[in-house]
Amino acid sequence: MSTSSSHTHDSHVAHHFRDANHQFESAKQGIWLFMVTEILMFGGLFVGYAIFHALYPKMFAEGASHLNWKLGFVNTLVLIFSSYTMAMSIHHLQKNEKSQAVTKLWLTVGCGVIFMCIKAFEYTGKFQHGFLPGRLLDVVHTGAESANLGMYYGFYYCMTGLHGLHVLIGMGLIVWLALRAQKGEFGEDYFTPVEGVGIFWHIVDLIWIFLFPLLYLVG
Amino acid sequence: MFWMQYAFASKFMPTAATDQASQVNNLYSFLLISSFIACVILIGGMIYFAYKYKRQSLTAKSAYITHNTFLEFLWSFIPLVIFLVVFGWGWHIYHQMRQFPKDALEVHVTGKQWAWEATYKSGVRTANLVKVPIDTDVKIILASNDVIHSFYVPSFRIKQDAVPGRYTAVWFNANKLGDFHIFCTEYCGTQHSGMIGKLQVVSREEYDKWLEEEAKFSTLPIAQKGEKLFQIKACSGCHSVADASVKVGPSLFKKFGAKEELTSGDSTGVDENYLRESILNPNAKIVKGFASGVMPSFQGQLSEDELSAIIEYIKSAK
Amino acid sequence: MSASTHTASHTSGEVNYINEFKGLKSWFTSLDHKRIGLLYMISVLFFFLVGGLFALLIRLELFKPGAQYLTPDQYNQVMTYHGAIMVFMVIVPGIPAILGNFFLPLQIGAKDVAFPRLNLTSWYVFMLGAIIAICTLFLGKIDTGWTFYTPYSIKTGTAATMMVVAAFVMGMSSILTGLNFIVTVHKLRAPGMTMFRIPLFIWAIYSTAVLQILATPVLGITLLLLAMERTFGVGIFDPNLGGDPVLFQHFFWFYSHPAVYIMILPAMGVVSELIAAFSRKTIFGYTAIAFSSIGIAAVSFFVWGHHMFVSGQSEVAGIVFSFLTMLVGVPTAIKMFNWLSTLYRGNISFESPMLFALGFLFLFAIGGVTGIMLATIATDVHFHDTYFVVAHFHYVMVGGTLMALMGGLYYWFPKMFGKMYNETLARLTFVLIFIGFNVTFFPQFILGAMGMPRRYFDYIPAYQSLNSISTIGSWLIGCGFLLSLYVIVTALRSGEKASDNPWGAKTLEWQTSSPPPHTNFHVEPVVTAGPYEYK
Repeated sequence: MSTSSSHTHDSHVAHHFRDANHQFESAKQGIWLFMVTEILMFGGLFVGYAIFHALYPKMFAEGASHLNWKLGFVNTLVLIFSSYTMAMSIHHLQKNEKSQAVTKLWLTVGCGVIFMCIKAFEYTGKFQHGFLPGRLLDVVHTGAESANLGMYYGFYYCMTGLHGLHVLIGMGLIVWLALRAQKGEFGEDYFTPVEGVGIFWHIVDLIWIFLFPLLYLVG
Repeated sequence: MFWMQYAFASKFMPTAATDQASQVNNLYSFLLISSFIACVILIGGMIYFAYKYKRQSLTAKSAYITHNTFLEFLWSFIPLVIFLVVFGWGWHIYHQMRQFPKDALEVHVTGKQWAWEATYKSGVRTANLVKVPIDTDVKIILASNDVIHSFYVPSFRIKQDAVPGRYTAVWFNANKLGDFHIFCTEYCGTQHSGMIGKLQVVSREEYDKWLEEEAKFSTLPIAQKGEKLFQIKACSGCHSVADASVKVGPSLFKKFGAKEELTSGDSTGVDENYLRESILNPNAKIVKGFASGVMPSFQGQLSEDELSAIIEYIKSAK
Repeated sequence: MSASTHTASHTSGEVNYINEFKGLKSWFTSLDHKRIGLLYMISVLFFFLVGGLFALLIRLELFKPGAQYLTPDQYNQVMTYHGAIMVFMVIVPGIPAILGNFFLPLQIGAKDVAFPRLNLTSWYVFMLGAIIAICTLFLGKIDTGWTFYTPYSIKTGTAATMMVVAAFVMGMSSILTGLNFIVTVHKLRAPGMTMFRIPLFIWAIYSTAVLQILATPVLGITLLLLAMERTFGVGIFDPNLGGDPVLFQHFFWFYSHPAVYIMILPAMGVVSELIAAFSRKTIFGYTAIAFSSIGIAAVSFFVWGHHMFVSGQSEVAGIVFSFLTMLVGVPTAIKMFNWLSTLYRGNISFESPMLFALGFLFLFAIGGVTGIMLATIATDVHFHDTYFVVAHFHYVMVGGTLMALMGGLYYWFPKMFGKMYNETLARLTFVLIFIGFNVTFFPQFILGAMGMPRRYFDYIPAYQSLNSISTIGSWLIGCGFLLSLYVIVTALRSGEKASDNPWGAKTLEWQTSSPPPHTNFHVEPVVTAGPYEYK
């Protein structure tokens, strides 16, 4: 790349940035803007939830009563802990402590796996008992009292499903980070992808912290 | 405001048949005139400048003007004032539209794919026809059977969506006799543009007489009752009866007793039971050349009496 | 713009972004914002052609009352595809993705956008969505109108779910592009390029990007819920299951009203560039134009209810939305007067891009004043969902955005390809499109005032003559765009070589060679003054 730029480019800095810090700052701004869109997207769901919760408080309470808040609570703890390990991995990278950072990344992935397993366990339980969204809800089997209980489960699967999809994507990204970190690609001078995925992971956790009380504890 | 007439709004707007419609005309005329002036300033100014400051040579100097606070204030403030005036005026008229008079004559109008069904207090029902007396406050209470429709009478300048699952309403007080169009202005599927009703403004005497005659409907001969129902249930929107022409579904002219080719390859005779099945479960047997799933089922929407009246009417179509 | 730029003269054998890498693969894997801009150009212009054919079909059917060539269902499908393709695949991505991609980095003196790989991804995501949308044509079609209003969109037996997914995917592409542009403007401006030295086109693209980021996610979730509704019947929008169909309209317009400004703001940016360049005069009221873009973007989030004056929302809501809509008129008026004042005592020439810009002013003035008529709540009750609305938004979207896109393409064509087009023919395209446009859409204002509802397959005989005139106009527009295609293709094949700055414009993109090299500038520009210093 023959540019007139007088800056020395190390291997991670793309040609259109002045230096590593310039690139890091830009990437970080990009990821934060992306988070804004994520929050707005879930925000749409929260608004819908709020409107119908106000309209049908009893139906929502009935729906929530069938969920196991203990499992949801365990999942909340798991995700909070994973946020901590994610933050720690960046902390270690900044100190060039490669092996600790890699361990923390794998720990984060592990938390994601636990979260998804519990989620899968919850889902299959709900499926078996006929708690399906919308018209698929088995009114006889579930003994539903509210006629439109299917709407609650519509929200439940939509919100947790979309959130679960984010957790899966986050896990994939962290696995990729862990492999790269293992090869020693990150260090104090370059950890942009870890920072970016970290922000993403924290936001995904944050959304769960809102989802948990809204879905499990309401009523 | 005499200069309003120069906007010629009434020339191409449909007849203003209510007092409110005339008020809307006035506001619209004001908007037309002020818009015309605005366009003359903007477009005229553009053409004038383009002509006056046409390039003579590439090197000619253009003026260096970055801004002018006073001018900028003026052309922000003056439009703002005009907009606020127009807003207030519009609000004033709209407020009247939403203030429902007490003791108005109430008519229930239900939109369905693809007809307007009106029900009067006395139980009289009509399809695609709303008959009202002149100089009377009339309140139309709107509902919908299926999707969103919108009740629009251009001559009254009123419009209101008919939303399934709730009631909405409009009111008017017609001051001109005559027939006016009712259009559906919310897209509702295949026959959206065919969902045209008639709003008939008649004298008080004529209205009372009509209502009385309609009330006798229940004692009509069965085939004539069927004919009425055929209109009310909007069968006539898709099936022709007077001749063999095809609208959306097959024509019913001289159909009773005939043989019908089906898409399945079979054929069937048209008898009472076939007609009954085709009304209640339209997709069971589809006539060759027509698509499945177009006609809605009337299961639960017709009583046995009504069903036999319609079938009797179809039998009489020859 | 005074900038310390290259001094070396460029010969025709010079390496540029087009000839530096060869082969199809080098185009489909290119991270160069200029090449990605061209990828968008080809795809968007293709979709424009498709959407245009649907438009001609609509007009053909409406030439006379009664059924002519189509059945009602076919007409409803054609009407839906025209709207959906033009909105989601042409006008929303149009100016930002083509001209924005190509010129945003050039105009701020950057070597590329902030995230080139993301930029290419956006194009692939866009194409994925577009292909899904096109596939619905062969897999059940769709007849909901581009607005997907519930409960009709829940009940219809067509491929609505698939189309909704397509719109969702294209929305993601739009978000990623917006994000990329915002960071680029914030972080990659050349030394000395302060926020108040960036060209107005950049301000417009920047405001648009903010809207894309803030509004599109809500559309995304709305469409997702609609897909859920169709698949599982969750009852959020279905009144039979305790849902609220009007809630869908609120959600939908919360995105789609800002989306209207996503469509028009970039056009306003292009026009600011054109008017300054061809008047050879500094733009009047730079700050006012820049802030009015931001102002329009901000207010646009609070006016969605003006699409719903007769939907059954409360009187108070109607009045508040009417009031807020009036406020959007003010920054729009400011822009119009600023452009007009820029012409005053200028040195104006009338090359084809300038003709399109003046055409824009003409049509946008009419689109603007009719917008006020629609914002006035009492008159809107009459005009809502009639041809008056159709005429109004075509004056703004086509008369505005498409005129600006055409003007922008002609203006920047020499920079993009290093070649000139046939100026006489280009002016002829303007004449055809401009006249054809007015013949097509002006009668529709009158039709609307007469009460003809929109989305009508058939109409009462009283509306016939105006409809026929409108149809004839549509053929003129069609000829105009075909001629533009011819002008562009012949220019690409055998156009004369263009100089680096054929219009003598001052913004940064004209200070590099035509076509620009892969890294945009031979020497990193240093900016010392504003963008329109014609002294």
